[in-house]
Amino acid sequence: MGALLLDPLAALGRGAIAACRMAGAVALFALEALSHLVRPPFHWRLFGRAFVEIAYYSLPVVALTAIFTGMVLALQSYTGFARFNAQSAVAGVVVLSLTRELGPVLAGLMVAGRIGASFAAEIGTMRVTDQIDALRTLSTDPMKYLVAPRILAGVIALPLLVVVADILGVMGGWLIGTTKLGFVSAAYLRSTWDILETIDVVSGLVKASVFGFIVTLMGTFCGYNSQGGAQGVGSATTTAVVASSILILATDYVLTEMFFAQ
Amino acid sequence: MRDGAQETPKLRLRGLRKAFGEKQVLDGVNLDVPAGHSMVILGGSGSGKSVTIKCVLGLIEPDEGVVEIDGRNLLSMPRREREAVGDRIGMLFQNGALFDSLPVWENVCFKLLAQKRITRRAARDKAAEVLAQVGLAASVGDLYPAELSGGMQKRVALARAIAARPDIIFFDEPTTGLDPIMGAVIDGLIVDCVKRLGATAVSITHDMASARRIGDLAAMIHHGRIVWTGPAATLGNTGNAMVDQFARGEREGPIQMELRR
Repeated sequence: MGALLLDPLAALGRGAIAACRMAGAVALFALEALSHLVRPPFHWRLFGRAFVEIAYYSLPVVALTAIFTGMVLALQSYTGFARFNAQSAVAGVVVLSLTRELGPVLAGLMVAGRIGASFAAEIGTMRVTDQIDALRTLSTDPMKYLVAPRILAGVIALPLLVVVADILGVMGGWLIGTTKLGFVSAAYLRSTWDILETIDVVSGLVKASVFGFIVTLMGTFCGYNSQGGAQGVGSATTTAVVASSILILATDYVLTEMFFAQ
Repeated sequence: MRDGAQETPKLRLRGLRKAFGEKQVLDGVNLDVPAGHSMVILGGSGSGKSVTIKCVLGLIEPDEGVVEIDGRNLLSMPRREREAVGDRIGMLFQNGALFDSLPVWENVCFKLLAQKRITRRAARDKAAEVLAQVGLAASVGDLYPAELSGGMQKRVALARAIAARPDIIFFDEPTTGLDPIMGAVIDGLIVDCVKRLGATAVSITHDMASARRIGDLAAMIHHGRIVWTGPAATLGNTGNAMVDQFARGEREGPIQMELRR
């Protein structure tokens, strides 16, 4: 009877300890990676490769997501606002939602799926096939070679993707607004421009940069610490994507609170 | 190999201990490898061979003990000095551990490029020169590791291990996964390369034919301790029941297989 009561508590305690241990390990890993960004040498070639992988090859998926989100947003807000005769606010709702929230969050989630998984799988495979140990025997610090350039690339590339996502998302809203909802093109764009403030764009770009850090950090961390062959690599990949996605959503709230709480 | 032991061994291990949880993998390893010699470490699976090498390479931190190279304890050195000693060490991993994302020439010259001892342009020529030493054509340099057979990957891994002209080289089961002829070829290349460099070699293997070909000295590790050292030529007739059982591959003897731990 006692065991029946205590077993769930013990499991809860084990879970809490494991979570704390992982948080500590991620924090130490992040600090070490950041320290390599300010200590030469820096592997610019690998930074370039990771930057192209994140910024260029993620562009189609982020662009499509942004366009369709802008279109849906215009349609939904128009039909919703029609109940209050507030259809004129559609352009403003579309641009503010995209720049402040949906642009960075959706781009972050898309990149988490593509890049987080890819980094975790690549580095995880290197771990289980001794390639990371081989780096050490070849006078190369794996954190400097594999982790630091990828994290810097994520921090810089995601805001650029979000700029593109913001523009294409607004264009998606404009397209539906002018072709389907009866807005005049110039008036829609004027309304968009008038309502937009610098803080809306800047907050979105700061969020994007933080999300880029989270995605690349979790991808490299999970890959770097993977164990046990193919199954370990698969598990590292799943953990990287799930953990980055949850962290993106949680951090999004914290950043929104910091930027916009009254 | 050079003849005669010198006063300070190239590699000296004293009281090396390492446990993973409750499992004591190394239980006081003591070993001397004289400069210019080729030492083969024999032992069954899980006996501590790979962990011993990883402790020397700094890939695993031992719990206790001394790892000396040229009389200097690596474990008490500042990090930079330890890295400098590491720069003089080469390693051939069991599965090659070639970098999939890099072409062969970049794999071969990776250490030289990392140490900025060579430009990328010069590295291609250098890679061709080292590949020739392991019997591969210069054109192999443009291929990726996934495009090579197992034997070719092993040769490229050997080329990578010797390219920076290390003065101590470790070989982790160099013939595992190869057919007997390719195994003999790789052993021959290892002996040639080590001789050419005048390096000290430490190999771990279960393959007795390979051990006799590569080594002039041998040591047997069992349950995390070195239980015998002697000339590799005597393997099978050492007078030590444990070593002779292992060398002859006999089922009965002092070594009992642990089927379940």
